[in-house]
Amino acid sequence: MKQFLSFVRKEFYHVFRDRKTLLMLFGLPIVQIVLFGFALTNEVKNAKIVIFDYAKDIASQEITQKFEANQNFQLTKSLMNAKQIESAFKKENVKLAIVFPANFYEDLLHLHKAQIQIIADGSDPNTASTLQNYANAIIMDYQMDLLQNQKLPYSINTELRMLYNPELKGATTFVPGIMALVLMLICVLMTAVSIVREKEMGTMEILLVSPFNPFLVIVSKALPYFLLSMVNLTVILVMATTLLDMPIHGSLLLLVAESALLIICALSVGLLISNITKSQQAAMLISMMGMMLPIILFTGFMFPLENMPKPLQLFSNIVPSKWYYIIAKSIMLKGLGIAAIWKETLVLIGMTVLLLFLSLKKFKTRLE
Amino acid sequence: MNMVEVVDVVKTYNKGSLTAVDQVNFSVKKGELFGLIGPDGAGKTTIFRILTTLLLPNQGSASVAGLDVVKDYKQIRKMVGYMPGKFSLYQDLTVEENLNFFASVFNTSIAENYDLIKDIYVQIEPFKDRRAGKLSGGMKQKLALCCALIHKPEILFLDEPTTGVDVVSRKEFWDMLGRLKDQGITILVSTPYMDEATLCERIALIQNGKIMSVETPDEIIKQYPDPLFAIKASNMGKLLIDLRNNPYIKTCNAFGEFHHITFNNLSDSSMEILVKSLENQNHKEIEINPITPNIEDCFINLMN
Repeated sequence: MKQFLSFVRKEFYHVFRDRKTLLMLFGLPIVQIVLFGFALTNEVKNAKIVIFDYAKDIASQEITQKFEANQNFQLTKSLMNAKQIESAFKKENVKLAIVFPANFYEDLLHLHKAQIQIIADGSDPNTASTLQNYANAIIMDYQMDLLQNQKLPYSINTELRMLYNPELKGATTFVPGIMALVLMLICVLMTAVSIVREKEMGTMEILLVSPFNPFLVIVSKALPYFLLSMVNLTVILVMATTLLDMPIHGSLLLLVAESALLIICALSVGLLISNITKSQQAAMLISMMGMMLPIILFTGFMFPLENMPKPLQLFSNIVPSKWYYIIAKSIMLKGLGIAAIWKETLVLIGMTVLLLFLSLKKFKTRLE
Repeated sequence: MNMVEVVDVVKTYNKGSLTAVDQVNFSVKKGELFGLIGPDGAGKTTIFRILTTLLLPNQGSASVAGLDVVKDYKQIRKMVGYMPGKFSLYQDLTVEENLNFFASVFNTSIAENYDLIKDIYVQIEPFKDRRAGKLSGGMKQKLALCCALIHKPEILFLDEPTTGVDVVSRKEFWDMLGRLKDQGITILVSTPYMDEATLCERIALIQNGKIMSVETPDEIIKQYPDPLFAIKASNMGKLLIDLRNNPYIKTCNAFGEFHHITFNNLSDSSMEILVKSLENQNHKEIEINPITPNIEDCFINLMN
């Protein structure tokens, strides 16, 4: 036990005396949260839209003019056929289609109620929802104009339909995704370097020629980074709730526990990398290049997994952050409890145990 | 009882394409100060790593304190002190933190074995709050020795402990090894410096992975086959070439201020004949004296 504690203390010395590590450990998450947070909520400009006008009356034309005047939109053409909508989305990179039903103005005038259909490309949920909001604003604007001129309680309802991704998953849910990304990257990177550094410095040679148990080496390497990552998690959660207005509808305790599970899983990945590589550079490359892309691609917060080909969807199952993303979303946004996410939790636990076992197995008790 | 026993050990790298250690045999007695002497790349570090259970031999067997280096590696690791050739302590930890850490790794404390390291530790104690990476070469080696000694090992493996250390610190270091030996610790030390060989009780001369001789330093010197002379003249570079082409000369090697030579068919008049022939080749201020060979002479002789 004394052995273990003194090893853990030594690891803390390493972290706190190395400015670069410290900066990476605490600076990177903050930078990433801010960067991703604001990059992903950026407004969209010059989005291509098409208008399909059955009505061709004064009201529909005025609204069309308003769309044309708005710098967020770029009206590419007016369609004559309903079938063209689908091909416009698929072939011409159109982001939004606006459909005026026949007798639009008549309905507005006599029934005091008219409908406009807005069809958005939901495969890019953030853009789609942003555009939807812009479109709503334009129509509301027109409605206000009408009210002022005629003092009549007209109302226009917009009916929204999201193609390809009807639930619009990921509207503001990028925060759990970034949490998964940041925690994975930091934890993997930190631990990946830790054991390999001892090999490079030659200290591993002395450690091996001692009564030290490989299991203890691995656990005492992981523990300091686990504690530091929990601090990191707190920072991330505070930033997400205050700066990015992220709600936490479910149990905070459960969220922290699940995050701790992801951290342990990521630490195990790092330890495995550390055990199979020979230099710090190789370990860093594997954990940065080898981890970053799969995490961004297959977590599901940037690119919906449902849109991917089957083989890639299957591959995404081995990315731990994917499961964490589902868990975190369920807790934070839907307010669900453990009953809803026990399967994902079990998958994460299984991965962690397997990875820890592998890294223990790969730990070399000799130099070759 | 032999503390170290090495029998027919072979170690190859790169799937057998490079033989680092070739059929090596030697043994170290309990309480002995044993030196492995040889140039860089001779295979000294490989032998140390096999004995400290860090590498597996391809052939042959080796034991430390009667324990097999392959089968009983866990027990061996508890009882040996190892100081690798490259400085291998934590550079970002202070002197005291390093020592404390290695003490606790071996389940002991500085206080428990302080008498063993006291002589050495007092010299680095003024710098105990300094980071190990900021120490001078000699200080680093003293600290590394302290760390290797902290658990009171029965046998010490020191791989080139004086490489890159100044002359004064080297002398101090060897004095310390002498004192440790007096306390009954078996010490196996390697060095590329031939002059340090005489400080060992017994030495093994090693070259290209093969051991050429295992003897006491005196015995190795005694076994030198020919009388040896030191010679110098005003133009040493030309002298070396002329001597090597001289029919009277068997061997000639440059040794700093002098060249060391041996004669073919040595007789009482050999020296005079040589001086004359050299004077004919325009050499001036010729000075020649008989000398006793040193370890380096013996090493070069064995190499050829």
